[in-house]
Amino acid sequence: MLTIKNLHAQVEDTAILKGLDLEIGPGEVHAIMGPNGSGKSTLASVLAGREDYEVTAGSIDFDGTDLLELDASERAREGLFLAFQYPVEIPGVSNLNFMKAAINAKRENQGLDAISAKDFLALVEEKSALVELSGRLRDRSVNEGFSGGEKKRNEIFQMAMLEPKMAVLDETDSGLDIDALRIVSEGVNAMRHEGRSFLVITHYQRLLDHIVPDHVHVLSDGQIVKSGPKELAFELEAKGYDWIKEDTA
Amino acid sequence: MAYEGEDKILEEVTGKAYEFGFTTDIDSDKAPAGLNESIIRLISSKKNEPEWLLEWRLKAFRTWEDMTEPEWSHLQYEKPDFQAISYYAAPKQKKVLASMDEVDPELRKTMDKLGISLEEQKRLSGVAVDFVMDSVSVATSFKDKLADLGIIFCSMSEAVQEHPELVKKYIGSVVPVRDNYYSALNAAVFTDGSFCYIPKGVKCPMELSTYFRINESGTGQFERTLLIADEGSYVSYLEGCTAPQRDENQLHAAVVELVALDDSEIKYSTVQNWYPGDEKGKGGVYNFVTKRGICHARSKISWTQVETGSAVTWKYPSCVLKGDDSVGEFYSVAVTNNMQQADTGTKMIHLGKRTRSTIISKGISAGKSQNSYRGLVQIMPNADHARNFSQCDSLLMTDRCGAHTFPYIETKNPTAQVEHEATTSKIGEDQIFYCLQRGIEEEQAISLIVNGYAKEVLNKLPMEFAVEAQKLLAISLEGSVG
Ligand SMILES: Nc1ncnc2c1ncn2[C@@H]1O[C@H](COP(=O)(O)OP(=O)(O)OP(=O)(O)O)[C@@H](O)[C@H]1O
Ligand SMILES: [Mg+2]
Repeated sequence: MLTIKNLHAQVEDTAILKGLDLEIGPGEVHAIMGPNGSGKSTLASVLAGREDYEVTAGSIDFDGTDLLELDASERAREGLFLAFQYPVEIPGVSNLNFMKAAINAKRENQGLDAISAKDFLALVEEKSALVELSGRLRDRSVNEGFSGGEKKRNEIFQMAMLEPKMAVLDETDSGLDIDALRIVSEGVNAMRHEGRSFLVITHYQRLLDHIVPDHVHVLSDGQIVKSGPKELAFELEAKGYDWIKEDTA
Repeated sequence: MAYEGEDKILEEVTGKAYEFGFTTDIDSDKAPAGLNESIIRLISSKKNEPEWLLEWRLKAFRTWEDMTEPEWSHLQYEKPDFQAISYYAAPKQKKVLASMDEVDPELRKTMDKLGISLEEQKRLSGVAVDFVMDSVSVATSFKDKLADLGIIFCSMSEAVQEHPELVKKYIGSVVPVRDNYYSALNAAVFTDGSFCYIPKGVKCPMELSTYFRINESGTGQFERTLLIADEGSYVSYLEGCTAPQRDENQLHAAVVELVALDDSEIKYSTVQNWYPGDEKGKGGVYNFVTKRGICHARSKISWTQVETGSAVTWKYPSCVLKGDDSVGEFYSVAVTNNMQQADTGTKMIHLGKRTRSTIISKGISAGKSQNSYRGLVQIMPNADHARNFSQCDSLLMTDRCGAHTFPYIETKNPTAQVEHEATTSKIGEDQIFYCLQRGIEEEQAISLIVNGYAKEVLNKLPMEFAVEAQKLLAISLEGSVG
């Protein structure tokens, strides 16, 4: 689904990703852990096509297309979704209108007509039930005045609405209380599917208790320095990151 | 456009009246350039005006002569040469085009984007359209409907002939001749405009709109509108048009007067999209408008405006809250792009007790444009417990444009409550990226964000107008982030 080779990326002349390799197969869930500032969100931004991040070397293949050739909105329409670490507020734009615009952009890309009001509402009902997003939040402006946890839940709601091929979740667990963590995880699990892959960025093992990954990677200083099965996450939780740095040094 | 049915037909009817009322007795003559008493006498006699109106015009002219053109610190433009303008020409028939192929492709593109139907596009751009007999009978029935209710809606010229007592009583009563340089000029030389009277207790059942009339005959440079809502009546009035309006006349100095008698309500909505000039600002219209309403006891006037056009806009729709418990509202979105300059705002003059006013102004600046809000809230000594709330927000699309806010507050009564809030923000790269990441294209993203920002104002527009206004905002800001 996603093949990243030797990826180098920089922001304002500072190299952040320094030769990152990662291969995610269809239907797989990969977790990325790593110290603050190691480049996890940068990877997410580069994948999503944020312009401030310049790719200086390497390649990214997304389900047979060269991802780096596409601009941010094309990537999204091709089925790449990013759940933001810090979701953005858009005052005055209703959550549902926002979703309708997004869905119709994707449908137009697929040569389909705009979604009917009836189908759209049915979809909203179905997907908001998945993450128990209350009607009150659905009807408000995008993320405006949402609590931190509500914003994260809204991200997963949007993911469910857009049914991406590849979803990158950047610290979706941070700021969630225990119940919300379970609800969000269940929502993600319900979306696990042979044609859909996940890249889950997190600092905490507890998320991976709920969303059990196929592989765990450690990102440090812009490179994947260790990969392993889900048990690697326990080891990290117990021992921290220093032992890996020593190992690889 | 979205005006189907009632409004459209209504407009076609009044449009006819306007067109014929003006051209039948006048040949295609044009006055020589320049302004003097004999030109004013000529205008008045061509229009077959009563003596009192001629006297009124002459007085206005002498007043204007003694005034000097104001200097505006935040506006820069080449001042018009008032002696180079011809103040009277019989209205030209627009050149009729044989097909849409003859229409300026740029104009067509914009109309397509606004979602204006092909039929409508033809009419707007002066392409010959077949006349449908059916609409005539329907139109007649609407005209009858208005007449049954006693509502008068016609051109100012017609009103002068048919309802001189109303015109004489109210003209210049809200915007006195000597109010300002442009209003004095307008009083001296106005050629036409709209007139509307809603009788006591009548709720006008449809939106009254000048939209069609304006497009058929081209507005005068010096339009004059007078709208009177008699006691306990209600009217919603729409002015302007979302389709881009080009005009060879560079200077426009209109006057609009609203009279809201006891317990009446007037909603006055404007969408203004005069040609702003090219990217360098060349060829754009200068729009100097004086709009004011007077509110008698317990009455209410709401001004709602979406301003996207003109090279230079100078405009402050205002309310004089004379009667006790009267209410004034001003909701405005003003977009400036490229080299456009807008200096708009409002004045709320509180005279009566417990008068209330609300001001919501949303400025959007793009390109190298300059967007100023200038508002005056004046609480006079007798206005016990008057209240005002003002909110002025500015949104910047680039680093090169400017937004300025000049709130003036004068309180001469200690019981008054006046609140003012102002914000300035730059359109968020983060917001745009968030939209892009959901698959929404940049242009649509900007349109969503800007319309969200202006929502409070757009919500005040009549439904059909609101939809067009949203599209218009998006079009005005195309490719403008940076
Ligand atoms: N736009 C930017 N401008 C300058 N530096 C940046 C920018 N974005 C990221 N960086 C820097 O790149 C490095 C990696 O940041 P990134 O946000 O990817 O880390 P992270 O692994 O997601 O950290 P955390 O666990 O705290 O979320 C940091 O040193 C950060 O300061
Ligand atoms: Mg991060």
